[in-house]
Amino acid sequence: METNTLYKKLSSVFLNWLFLFIVWNAFTSSFQAQEVITGLILSFFLALFTSRFFDCCSLRVLHPVSLFYSIVYVFVFLIALIRSNFDMAKRVLSPSLPINPGIVKFKTRLQSDFAKMMLANSITLTPGTLSVDLIEDTLYVHWIDVKTDDPEKVHTEIAQQFENILLKIFAE
Amino acid sequence: MKEILEIIGALFVLLGGIFLFLGGLGIVRMPDAYNRLQAGTKATTLGGMSLILGVGLMETSWLIKAMVIIIFIAFSNPLSSHALARANYKRKNFPYLKNTKGVDAYKDAYLNENKEEQS
Amino acid sequence: MIQIIIYVTFGFMVMGIIFSAWRIMKGPTAADRVLALDTLTTISVSGMVLMAYVFNRFIYLDVALIYGVLGFIGVLVIARYLEGAL
Repeated sequence: METNTLYKKLSSVFLNWLFLFIVWNAFTSSFQAQEVITGLILSFFLALFTSRFFDCCSLRVLHPVSLFYSIVYVFVFLIALIRSNFDMAKRVLSPSLPINPGIVKFKTRLQSDFAKMMLANSITLTPGTLSVDLIEDTLYVHWIDVKTDDPEKVHTEIAQQFENILLKIFAE
Repeated sequence: MKEILEIIGALFVLLGGIFLFLGGLGIVRMPDAYNRLQAGTKATTLGGMSLILGVGLMETSWLIKAMVIIIFIAFSNPLSSHALARANYKRKNFPYLKNTKGVDAYKDAYLNENKEEQS
Repeated sequence: MIQIIIYVTFGFMVMGIIFSAWRIMKGPTAADRVLALDTLTTISVSGMVLMAYVFNRFIYLDVALIYGVLGFIGVLVIARYLEGAL
């Protein structure tokens, strides 16, 4: 029990350290030695303080399979974003404003908070949907063109493609 | 090579400008706050991402900083629209429904929550 | 050629800014105004990045990034306040 919590804490600190270090290098975007060393030290101390608030996921996300599916996720996400924009442009530009809005709900299979946040963010940027609230594991989604209000069908229609990839990334 | 990248970047910039314009048009035309959020968020996210990527392609040494801004926009825009949608519902601005058969599945959960708070 | 494209883009963005300013003045509820402000922030960030290219100043990108961060935090705080959680 004791070692388990210690391991969790250390892995959280390590992931935060890595993330902050990458952000530091992207911000300064000069790869001289003194910049990189300052970044290493600074991001370590910041990670010590912030790891309590951002324990997003386990070390499993650094596994090659997870990294591969993260790249797949980025592409699926970009395609959905472009499709949703053309869909929205069509609705906005047509004179009759073809909308049939409503709020639907479905249950997600994801466990961790961070994965749920990623799912809600992705749903907001997919065609015609906007996530409104998340209570326990029920996600409420505002849909601009409601086709069905059966939770199962809503799930397959909206969330299936992202959820499958997220399940593989976070290995739940 | 540089000229080709500049032309491609300029096309991305133009596409981004068009989508930003469509976002503005969307928040004027849509009937209620939720639909306005949908139009505004999606169009400005892709518009901003495309425009900044275009600038990054036109001036290749800026590409890293441009990517940072793109990733920040892609994360922050959906989060703020989500917070606004929930705040709007909690202020009792219920969504516009086209006819009486329109679904509003969130209403039950919202009423339940309020009942718990009062008791 | 590229100059014309940039002028046209600025024209589109100004129209977007006018539309969202109209929504800020008109908007029936507070959330409408805030979402129009959020849209305006994103359009301004893009405009700053394009300005950075036009004037060839790298430092404007940092200004755009900080403006984006501040706008995001402002919208979150206003949303929490409207919700009654603050």
